Amino acid sequence: MKDKLNAILLEINPKGNIGYKDNFLTRGYETTAGSNVLKGYISHYSATVVDLFEKNGFVTKAKFNCDAWAHGSSGENSDFGAVKNPWNNAYTPGGSSSGSSAAVASNYTKYATGTDTGGSIRLPAAFTNSSAIKPTYGAISRYGIVAMASSTDCPSLIAQNVKDVEVLFKIVSREDKKDANTFSSKRSLRGGQFKPGSLKIGLPKEYFIEGLDREVSEAVRQARQVLTEDGYKIENVSLPHTKYGIAVYYLIMPVEVASNLARYDGVRYGQARSFFGEEAERRIILGTFTSSAGYSAKYYQKAAKVRTLIIQDFDQVFKKVDVLLTPVSPTPPFKLGEKANDPLKMYLSDVLTVNTSLAGLPSLALSCGFTKKNLPIGMQFVGPRWSEPVLFSVGKRYQELTDWHKRKPSI
Amino acid sequence: MNQMYTPVIGLEIHVELATRSKMFCGCPADHFGKEPNIQTCPVCLGLPGALPVPNKKAIEWTILLGLALNCRINRSSKFDRKHYFYPDLPKGYQISQYDEPIASGGSLKLKIDEERTIGIERVHLEEDTGKLLHNTVNGEKVTLVDFNRSGVALVEIVTEPDIHSATEAKEFAQELQRIIRHLGISDCDMEKGSMRLEANISIAESGKRKEESELPAYKVEVKNLNSFRFLERAINYEIERQTALLKAGRKPRQETRGFVEKLNATRTQRYKETAADYRYFPEPDIPPLEFSNEFIDNIRAKLPQLPQDIAKQLENKYGIRSSYARLVAADKELTDYVLAVIDEAKKARMKTDSLVGLIINQKIDWHKVKPEQLVTEMMKTKAAQVSDDTTLEQWVKQAVADLPKVVADYKAGKKAAIGVLIGKVAALSNGSADASVVKKILEEKLSR
Repeated sequence: MKDKLNAILLEINPKGNIGYKDNFLTRGYETTAGSNVLKGYISHYSATVVDLFEKNGFVTKAKFNCDAWAHGSSGENSDFGAVKNPWNNAYTPGGSSSGSSAAVASNYTKYATGTDTGGSIRLPAAFTNSSAIKPTYGAISRYGIVAMASSTDCPSLIAQNVKDVEVLFKIVSREDKKDANTFSSKRSLRGGQFKPGSLKIGLPKEYFIEGLDREVSEAVRQARQVLTEDGYKIENVSLPHTKYGIAVYYLIMPVEVASNLARYDGVRYGQARSFFGEEAERRIILGTFTSSAGYSAKYYQKAAKVRTLIIQDFDQVFKKVDVLLTPVSPTPPFKLGEKANDPLKMYLSDVLTVNTSLAGLPSLALSCGFTKKNLPIGMQFVGPRWSEPVLFSVGKRYQELTDWHKRKPSI
Repeated sequence: MNQMYTPVIGLEIHVELATRSKMFCGCPADHFGKEPNIQTCPVCLGLPGALPVPNKKAIEWTILLGLALNCRINRSSKFDRKHYFYPDLPKGYQISQYDEPIASGGSLKLKIDEERTIGIERVHLEEDTGKLLHNTVNGEKVTLVDFNRSGVALVEIVTEPDIHSATEAKEFAQELQRIIRHLGISDCDMEKGSMRLEANISIAESGKRKEESELPAYKVEVKNLNSFRFLERAINYEIERQTALLKAGRKPRQETRGFVEKLNATRTQRYKETAADYRYFPEPDIPPLEFSNEFIDNIRAKLPQLPQDIAKQLENKYGIRSSYARLVAADKELTDYVLAVIDEAKKARMKTDSLVGLIINQKIDWHKVKPEQLVTEMMKTKAAQVSDDTTLEQWVKQAVADLPKVVADYKAGKKAAIGVLIGKVAALSNGSADASVVKKILEEKLSR
């Protein structure tokens, strides 16, 4: 079926209450990951996340459109057409979890899942006035989700407010015997009370750089004001290796992408390799090159070393503050077609989200205002590993003090 | 100047571990003779979204093997992805180990004519591939894939290029098989493919090497070695072929060859001028492995006595001749049996060497006969044996009379012919004649 926003790839039960990005396997139903290569592929089993939601009384409503293989920041790389932003159909709802954010923002469903490898749930949440968590790497099982870049892939959750996101998180954040990278969140999650007066919020100066859209920086400044007045302590901090994030991410991620897509070799999944889109091809070629003999040491291995420096930056900063506050995107939502033909420009949409992905840190994205054109602006709270309870407490408090999240698009 | 040609040989041996489940999923690992594709799941089929979870037992067993081969167990290890496209490899990569194998730097002592120490470069763990079946379906020639074997735990043992002859290579492979069987971690059955051999062979020309340790500039990899005999033949063939080329002033090509049984020779499979690029990188789906000293010590404590030590013990402590001792030590169950028999024999004051000889040569069904039973039987047989000279003389006389041609042969120098005469006496006596006494009488009689 084609809905007005092109968010839905498959409706399973109109009475359902949760939808999945189409890279989540749902037993007996088609899973395409937004790519023609997997068109007609019926899942043999369900993702652990899907199983957990079903066991807890959730009913699957639909599978959502997304950038093919979750490669993209705008949804335009889907082989099944771009998704439109419910706030303005000429704009992107953010990617790659484009259908999930559009469906939640347009109230087709209150709950949806997405994946976030370099910002793919946070950008959509920010662009559609939704709330979403990209959890600590390993907090939610990746089993049964079409892999993009395994070392940063995080199954993620999106809803209309932080409170709902937290409910979803509590259900699915658990150890899974089928994913060797999952940990028991019961043992790992930070506990205790998180009163505003007891928490320090850091503003990393590298995230408020030249080129940051004025409206975005103003909205985040106002959010900071709201939190200060509520008693949170604010401090300026620095993450000196931030500027290397995009380069590191676009070296490591394609290597894993090229490896993970190798299985779609045309022998088993119906469609031939010629069905891969341009962006997947670009990443396969790039990743194959940077992991080749003679180049691996120069690119992949070097990137892996810089990644460690980025992780150390965060370790240092979290000795001083509990949470970081930054914008999600350097710009408000952009128009469909605006960056589609300029991959480098598109990659830079992730400039404020990839570092937390490389470090495996949790990040909560939520809206903090609107542009003059009535398009949502998003911010993110980032914490150390397993600090989701802290992020939720700050996010919920912010949504008690403000009502941006209550605004609905007129459809 | 007399040019010397020294074979330089290294072995790569793959062994399927006998773990109950596969390396990265819960499917049964015992795939031999099973209906195709019944032992599969999303993980070993490489379906979208599936993730590998390592088999702890397989890791412990690899450490155990590493210890048995005197290796250093690396405190931190990891899995890597090795990329190549082949229809039996469902993910497009094999999960293997690249630069941090579980064990490395070991050695194995061999006793052939002199004692030789073969270095073990590494012992690492990986997953097996599926199997291609070339079939005809509805008159059409097709290739089918059976994934029952896909994901079975596979250990690879790589030697240093320390081997210099086919005999050494064979002896190494056989000793390794004995050790692994002794550890109880694989049946090492070559016919079932649970032990697979590959040899890298080149020839070093003396005078052309700056140092003894310098390796030739090429190597030939030989595959399809489904038995120890083929390994030996293939190496001998290669040594001859490569030496002939070198003598003719030509350099053998770097290539992969296969042993062809019918031809009793190796043939080119593909040329391999440069190393394949497998684009190894750390497997992100599996956290790095960290082994504590305590963990390794616990495994070390489980290390049983190994065949070479058992053989030594049988020889030195119980006076069993070397050839018997090595045969016994090769089989763990037989070792236990023989030790029990020796225990009983000592009580009965019987000579253990001949008793062990009986077990080996007469192929007593030692699975059925209890050690004490065996010793008692032997005592009785011995008591009933006729060693009375006059009776024996009669039988010997008759045997000599009945077989004049054999006697002539013996006298003409064919000393082995005496066995036929001893056999004849045994027949005449219904087996009651003491063979050793008969032999003595015959030798005496015929030398006259």
